[in-house]
Amino acid sequence: MTSLEVTLRKLREGGRRAFVPYFMAGMTGDWLRHVEAAANAGADAIEIGLPFSDPMIDGVIIQQAAERALERGTTLASVVRDLATLDVGVPLLAMTYYNVLLHGGLERSAAMLAQVNVRGAIVPDLPPEESDEWASACASRDVATIYLVAPSTPKERVTVIAQRTQGYCYAQGRMAVTGTTSEEGNGAAVAAAVRAVSDVPVYVGIGVSTPEQAANAAPYCDGVIVGSALVRRLLDGATPEDVENFVKSFRTVLDAKNN
Amino acid sequence: MNSPEVFMDKPDASGRFGDFGGRFVPEALMTACLELETAFREAWADDAFVSEFHEVLHTFGGRPTPVTELSRLSRHLGLRIFAKREDLAHTGSHKINNVVGQTLLTKRMGKSRVIAETGAGQHGVATATAAARLGLSCTVYMGELDTQRQALNVFRMELLGATVVPVTSGSRTLKDAVNEAMREWVSCVEDTHYCLGSVMGPHPFPWMVREFQSIIGREASRQLSEMGVGTPDVVVACVGGGSNAAGIFAGFANTDARLVGVEAAGGAAIATGSPGVLHGMRSMLIQDEFGQIEEAHSISAGLDYPGIGPEHAFLADAHRAHYVAIGDDDVIPALQLLSELEGIVPALETAHAVAWLIREAGNSLAPGTSVLLNLSGRGDKDVAQVREILRGQS
Repeated sequence: MTSLEVTLRKLREGGRRAFVPYFMAGMTGDWLRHVEAAANAGADAIEIGLPFSDPMIDGVIIQQAAERALERGTTLASVVRDLATLDVGVPLLAMTYYNVLLHGGLERSAAMLAQVNVRGAIVPDLPPEESDEWASACASRDVATIYLVAPSTPKERVTVIAQRTQGYCYAQGRMAVTGTTSEEGNGAAVAAAVRAVSDVPVYVGIGVSTPEQAANAAPYCDGVIVGSALVRRLLDGATPEDVENFVKSFRTVLDAKNN
Repeated sequence: MNSPEVFMDKPDASGRFGDFGGRFVPEALMTACLELETAFREAWADDAFVSEFHEVLHTFGGRPTPVTELSRLSRHLGLRIFAKREDLAHTGSHKINNVVGQTLLTKRMGKSRVIAETGAGQHGVATATAAARLGLSCTVYMGELDTQRQALNVFRMELLGATVVPVTSGSRTLKDAVNEAMREWVSCVEDTHYCLGSVMGPHPFPWMVREFQSIIGREASRQLSEMGVGTPDVVVACVGGGSNAAGIFAGFANTDARLVGVEAAGGAAIATGSPGVLHGMRSMLIQDEFGQIEEAHSISAGLDYPGIGPEHAFLADAHRAHYVAIGDDDVIPALQLLSELEGIVPALETAHAVAWLIREAGNSLAPGTSVLLNLSGRGDKDVAQVREILRGQS
């Protein structure tokens, strides 16, 4: 079992609902301070977006963030250099698109990420059918490969994906790209479909943007992922203190649910 | 190699042509792609579907389109040039072939709506047309820059009852229109088919669109043999994503004809690109050293795409087809020459292929070489833009 999954299963055994915020690497000069603020405020793992010019499953917010990061010269190598200076004590997860990794070389990219303690990777345009090479590059370096299940995923595929995913299964709450509406999703059904076939931790994302929605999701999942709602604030100039307050607002409702 | 390779047959089970193709899409679109593949396989093996496809192209689409011998241009260049007249198909280009197929398939799958991306507007107009004919609702995503370059086509789509959504992200051209259509598809996949306009995207699109377009090559092959010409020495077509080229190549892939695809120099994925994954496919892409996709630049909105269909990447790799690039400066003179000598105003996209003939006549094309040119579209949509360019030069 990957060390990420060991960590996340322990959280679950301890009765803690995980909170996983997303940051776009390199979007601002002080982006690492935002990551630290999130960890200090109680994030259990942190997704680090590596920018790509054509993010297919992301809406306008993440795309703008990626454009900013790319304009600042952000690359896989620059992110790894930045992360080498970071010590936040919670697992880091890379989220990016396949071409970025492919172009860096799959073995080399996995090695670079593993070197700076990235313990998981989410590559949303790489379905299980195409991911053998990447999964093997990650497996030898204790980088968990995390897969998504969507509301449209039929039962047989849910089984395949739930068996294959490591760390957690990313339950996509809504049939939409990230950050496009504030409507709550149907994460409950997706999470239930995964739980019916696997005991891997299930985290819900795409469709969770407020503490209220996180509170609603808490009973049926093991964690929530919040990306666009946070990145939108950062695009608007949020400070590390703002990030801390944002994370705490989720932490509070998730912890309350457990009491 | 032990046995002679058969070109332009079915892709393998993963949707690959050699190393290219595949299906690199978010999980939310996997089910739709798998369902589409099943639906297309069944439909394409169903005689009733295939004959309806041909019937609609005949009675509505204007097929078969003629082959015209371009006598004056031939004399001018010392070649023997025949043009497959896709400019005479309904809506003014080969795009109608694909959209008739995909909209019939949309109905068959029980979906009520189509979305599409468009660059020059030709595929958008064709989709709006085919959708209107079948009573399907239609939304077209078009880069904001292209809505300005091709304002008349925007109005044409609206006349046909479609909604046109200008895309303001990224380079505001075809690449971004594809991104936006894919994103939109995630949220409406249940009742909506994504009517992709070229031989690109995730499996089964590159194969399916080539199959719908292969009617161009099959017709032309038959017509040339009826004319007593037989197999031409060269078959040439312009390439953006590559659907008109795939369509005409399909009729000659297993002959001795030399196949030539002409890309715009500012979007020449084969000449200047490298392998990568974009828009659901592994193909040749114009990208920087970090795998970020670069913006294509072309005088013609339809060729303004940083990638190319995966089967073209394979045909190049296998040395079965050759891909060349033509710069913006050679395009207008080619358009003028064809207009003046033959009474045919071609689309700017098509003019790239004409420009290659002008460049290579007497060079790589020996005198008397027989050439089949895919005249993929007419130039009506480009007339205003060409006028501005010519005014700027005088």
